[in-house]
Amino acid sequence: MANNPYRWAVHLSVVLFVVLWTLPTFGLFVTSFRDKDQIAVSGWWTALGSATRNDMFRAPEGEGEVEEAGRFTLTGSVFVGTSGHVTAFGISSKAPDAFAAGETADLGDGESLTVAEDGSFTLSGPESFKDKRGQRIFFTATTPPSFTFDNYRAVLFAEGLGRSFLNSATVAIPSTVIPILIAAFAAYALSWMQFPGRALLIAAIVGLLVVPLQMSLIPLLRIYNAAGQAMGFDPKSYIGIWLAHTGFGLPLAIYLLRNYMVGLPKEIMESARVDGATDFQIFTRIVLPLSFPALASFAIFQFLWTWNDLLVALVFLGPQDDKLVLTGRLVNLLGSRGGDWEILAASAFVSIAVPILVFFALQKYLVRGLLAGSVK
Amino acid sequence: MEQVWTALFTIVLGIFAAISWFWGANFCLDRLLPARTGDPAQNARNIHRAGLIRPWLFLGPAILALGLYLVYPVWESLFLSFHGKAGQEFVGTANYRWLLADAGFRESIFNNFLWLLVVPAASTFLGLLAAALTDRIAWGNIAKSLIFMPMAISFVGAAVIWKFVYDYRSGDDAQIGILNALVTWAGGDPQAWIALPFWNNFFLMAILVWIQTGFAMVILSAALRGIPEETIEAAVLDGANGIQIFFRIMVPQIWGTIAVVWTTITITVLKVFDIVLAMTNGQWKSNVLANLMFDWMFRGGGDFGRGAAIAIVIMALVTPIMIWNIRNARAEMEGR
Repeated sequence: MANNPYRWAVHLSVVLFVVLWTLPTFGLFVTSFRDKDQIAVSGWWTALGSATRNDMFRAPEGEGEVEEAGRFTLTGSVFVGTSGHVTAFGISSKAPDAFAAGETADLGDGESLTVAEDGSFTLSGPESFKDKRGQRIFFTATTPPSFTFDNYRAVLFAEGLGRSFLNSATVAIPSTVIPILIAAFAAYALSWMQFPGRALLIAAIVGLLVVPLQMSLIPLLRIYNAAGQAMGFDPKSYIGIWLAHTGFGLPLAIYLLRNYMVGLPKEIMESARVDGATDFQIFTRIVLPLSFPALASFAIFQFLWTWNDLLVALVFLGPQDDKLVLTGRLVNLLGSRGGDWEILAASAFVSIAVPILVFFALQKYLVRGLLAGSVK
Repeated sequence: MEQVWTALFTIVLGIFAAISWFWGANFCLDRLLPARTGDPAQNARNIHRAGLIRPWLFLGPAILALGLYLVYPVWESLFLSFHGKAGQEFVGTANYRWLLADAGFRESIFNNFLWLLVVPAASTFLGLLAAALTDRIAWGNIAKSLIFMPMAISFVGAAVIWKFVYDYRSGDDAQIGILNALVTWAGGDPQAWIALPFWNNFFLMAILVWIQTGFAMVILSAALRGIPEETIEAAVLDGANGIQIFFRIMVPQIWGTIAVVWTTITITVLKVFDIVLAMTNGQWKSNVLANLMFDWMFRGGGDFGRGAAIAIVIMALVTPIMIWNIRNARAEMEGR
């Protein structure tokens, strides 16, 4: 089966898969470190090698010129705030690359212009350059790849991303912790306690797994508003969204944990019971520690889901600036700064960074949870 | 900073409250119905009674939360869908009749069906392909990890990533979106992909396929590994080639898992909202039900009746899968 062309095809296909699945993210990642003027004029893939650009520089009108033996000389650099290597230059837009770097161009009337490879130019002529329009110098230059953290600085401090980062953390962490505890007790009862209606409850949990969030939005919004009005608090609060995420996360939490707890060895439970341990003791001392892998799986799921969520945050926290989570901020920026890719790219990566870190650090548990969580 | 402290305080308070409920309720139960009294008959009675009550103490908070956040809203949404804007006056089936006549709804449900046809099929197929391929090579796990990564990215983040891929510059400006750069390089005309009615749906779907393929791959890869070696060895002895073994021997053995992956992605598709909101906000005929519902909930003062009616439509589309899941789960439990 392992003949050569076949193996090559497999390797190539996987390479293609990986490229297709990482290139979009990688492109935006590179863009987030590029200068905003460069982003607008060239694709991100050009940023990795030396970029060639065509530009124009207008020499000053005589400022800094030096007179020597009846000739006026004006020197300077065509690079303003940038650097690079000039490969060619010209004196009209029709032939912007007429001369190679280091050559001398004749401008007529005894004037001449030289542009060296490092970008320094020398303009000389028999008359002062004052009272004339500054000479236009067209040039082609290669610039080495250059990257900057400016975009990140801008979004974190000027665009409110820093604030939103805190908001996202404030939403996600309690929304992950609270349901675990509630679900763990419920899962234990559903796997190791005998009571009427148990099968029915388990079936109900499986059913609730797929109830679309959309069903809950309007009724809950009404309850929150009514409760807020009756008791005089803001209906759009963090506590509200924590409880909402708890409710929405519980079916998966209970389902995952029950599937895991049911598989724990019966003998341990029975011998503990014979020794006089109560259900509460069995749960806290034996089942909970043994269920750590399942708890970790669910925690990762719930954290990714709450951190990445947009809908629940928009509905239960609202779109005000001071309560906007990262995803909400990103959507706003897409509207208001639609073409400013330096802002969007950096913002996107600020919001993606935490889940990606969690993903790569705890992938093992995530995979385990996925395998246990899909309804078989 | 203040909200960080509030959050920390609430976490501690929440955990404390939960623990004191579970511990306290148990303690009270043990006090009220002690297992050790002087009278053995009384002991047995108490243990029996406590055993009847205790599961409900464990389940209480969960049942309360599930009831309030998931069960009650189903009924309330159904109720609201027969009522007006603010949910006060009964309007009969007016909201549903409005749905049937509304062009926006027809567009959304048409698009939703397109999504349902394409995304689960494409994700499952690509996931199966990726699983089969990566299982055969030494660096397969790294490849898997990278294909799986989009799963961690939010729909909004993915929308930004892909909007950049689809970026379009008019005139002679250099294309900075890679898709248009490739099209220009190949000699074609650049397009504003997400503003092309009908076809833009597929460009939005590509984003979800990109996210979900990793999920499908992980689950199907585990299923492929679970296939008994003997069946494959027998096929090899019979002279089957790699492709025949894959499609005739391996795939039929994992139909069950394929169905699970398919339905799970179907559910995700029905709820998809963020991608459409961030990419087009339903413009250029790309709207879907979840985004339409969000529109009716908030914009223009909001119409809860119509919003709820759209939610009920989404629920109705999910229901067959729900029933199928419950039946499977019950069958599995009885087999255990």
